[in-house]
Amino acid sequence: MVPQTLRGFYELEKALIDLQGITKSFDGEVILDDLNLSILENSFVTLLGPSGCGKTTTLRIIGGFEKPDKGRVFFEGKDITNVPPNKRQLNTVFQKYALFPHMNIADNIAFGLRIKKKPENYIRDKIKYALKLVNLDGYENRSVESLSGGQQQRIAIARAIVNEPRLLLLDEPLGALDLKLRQEMQYELIRLKNELGITFIYVTHDQEEALTMSDYVVVMNQGYIQQAGTPEQIYNEPENAFVADFIGDSNIVPGVMLKDRLVRIFGADFHCVDSGFGENKPVDVVIRPEDVEILPPDDPKGILHGRMSHIIFKGEMYEMECTSSDGFEWLIHSTEMHEPGKEVALYVKPSNIQIMNKPASEDEEAIGVEE
Amino acid sequence: MKSKGTRYLALPYIVWMCGFIVIPLLLVLYYGLTDRSGTFTFDNVRKIMLAENFRPLYLAMGLSAVSTLLCFLIAFPLALILRSRKVGKGSFVAFLFILPMWMNSLLRILAWQTLLERKGVINGILSSLHLPEQHLINTPAAIVLGMVYDFLPFMILPIYNTLIKIDDNTINAAYDLGAGFRETLLRIILPLSVPGIVSGVTMVFVPTLTTFAISNMLGGGKVFLIGNVIEQEFMLNSNWNLGSGLSLILMVFIIMSMALLSRYDNGEDAIL
Repeated sequence: MVPQTLRGFYELEKALIDLQGITKSFDGEVILDDLNLSILENSFVTLLGPSGCGKTTTLRIIGGFEKPDKGRVFFEGKDITNVPPNKRQLNTVFQKYALFPHMNIADNIAFGLRIKKKPENYIRDKIKYALKLVNLDGYENRSVESLSGGQQQRIAIARAIVNEPRLLLLDEPLGALDLKLRQEMQYELIRLKNELGITFIYVTHDQEEALTMSDYVVVMNQGYIQQAGTPEQIYNEPENAFVADFIGDSNIVPGVMLKDRLVRIFGADFHCVDSGFGENKPVDVVIRPEDVEILPPDDPKGILHGRMSHIIFKGEMYEMECTSSDGFEWLIHSTEMHEPGKEVALYVKPSNIQIMNKPASEDEEAIGVEE
Repeated sequence: MKSKGTRYLALPYIVWMCGFIVIPLLLVLYYGLTDRSGTFTFDNVRKIMLAENFRPLYLAMGLSAVSTLLCFLIAFPLALILRSRKVGKGSFVAFLFILPMWMNSLLRILAWQTLLERKGVINGILSSLHLPEQHLINTPAAIVLGMVYDFLPFMILPIYNTLIKIDDNTINAAYDLGAGFRETLLRIILPLSVPGIVSGVTMVFVPTLTTFAISNMLGGGKVFLIGNVIEQEFMLNSNWNLGSGLSLILMVFIIMSMALLSRYDNGEDAIL
């Protein structure tokens, strides 16, 4: 059930990057295990996962800084597995910017163009254009260390895009910035991507960032692709407990699929919209905290009963916990406040219940949820 | 209160510096600019113009420049290789190169003497192979060999120290932007290691310029450097005034070359 390929997904369109059977280990520890991934031209794809999931290694293999032990890398159908990084039609924005500290901003941006022996007046125009694009006009003669982290990040992007790459690789480029600046840069990156029309592959461990910016999100854990899809698919229809747990808050509860479109959770029967799991099949059920509705205890719509146990005010909503009669603590997000101690009934709309297969083999267990 | 305390902490160093650096320097200045009777004169300094004094200075500058260049040419690639290794292995290799520094430098030069002698180890091997014996010792080449061998670690260490501070991704970024190894080396790695190179050059050039021990042992009195001239004035001729005068000239040359070097160094991480 764990999907390791996006190929079906993109069937009709042209893949820019195609990773086939990529395996990589460091010091005997397997980082990537038979990874298959196609990335469409002109898309914003995010590799998302906890640290050590193999996302940065995947990026470095595409960039040419690591060689896979097994498997091939294709760029527009051409095998580039053994092509060194300086001969690839792509550029990288590194985690800590990696600007050249002994050069001023103009020379940093011009580096790639000078290597390609472009004429100086062409280079000057390009620098101007790139600085304008990242909103740093007039910074040509500044030194690297006189710039803030956010500005250095923009210069790193400018330095990459003047080379007109087909593909831009970004390795947690916003990781070192503070929250406000990060959000600004997220919009900046989306704007850049739309203006330039180049393919972005973005690596992050921040699920919110991934959902905000990407056309497609590839969720990775322990060297495997857990799920790939649009941000909506990833959030609303997580395919396994890891994805559900990693992307946003969620209630993951054991259930039994009684028949199509009916699931029993803690002895109560919920209507849902999933089918095809068989009858009386144990499953995992994902319910997002904002999808749990709190009703008065005598409301006939209520399916489970419980007592409110915790409440925290989070600004845009209250984060609450409700202990149902079987002892499970439901996480609930709502704009309405419900005092701890209050008896309530809980209800979930059928379309908000997401059914997942339980991990079947030990192998799949290994790639499951990290507590 | 605190600033007073820290001021007293510096006192021992100030005493040390006065007693062992400033006063001896002033003494050299005094002897250099006076004659035996204590009258002020420029004669001692002017004597550098004599061929017997000028030629050793000229030779010493040449030999120490060659040695410094050779040290750099050996040390830089080596430091690059050390950098590219993972820390554990790299530090062991670095350790191997630093190891000779723990031995007395005269002892190491003495070992070369035994190797290079007319009836020494190398010629012994050559003659046992029925090859012609070589005239090795008492040549400028032998002195350069001794200088390079003695001072190589002082070139490797500062260069290695600046190289390991260069972020891997800075180098990767150069490759990423299309630079090959040669371009990355010339435009990124070399400029970023200038502080280390300046330290290394200083730490090799200055002691090789002033040495008299190496030229004594591997030059056999036939190759005469400025260090030997000064030593002779002090020890043999007991002419402290002339010795000091020539020392002043040597010092001026060193200060001049340091000033020249410092123009290439932005003065950030250099050891000296």
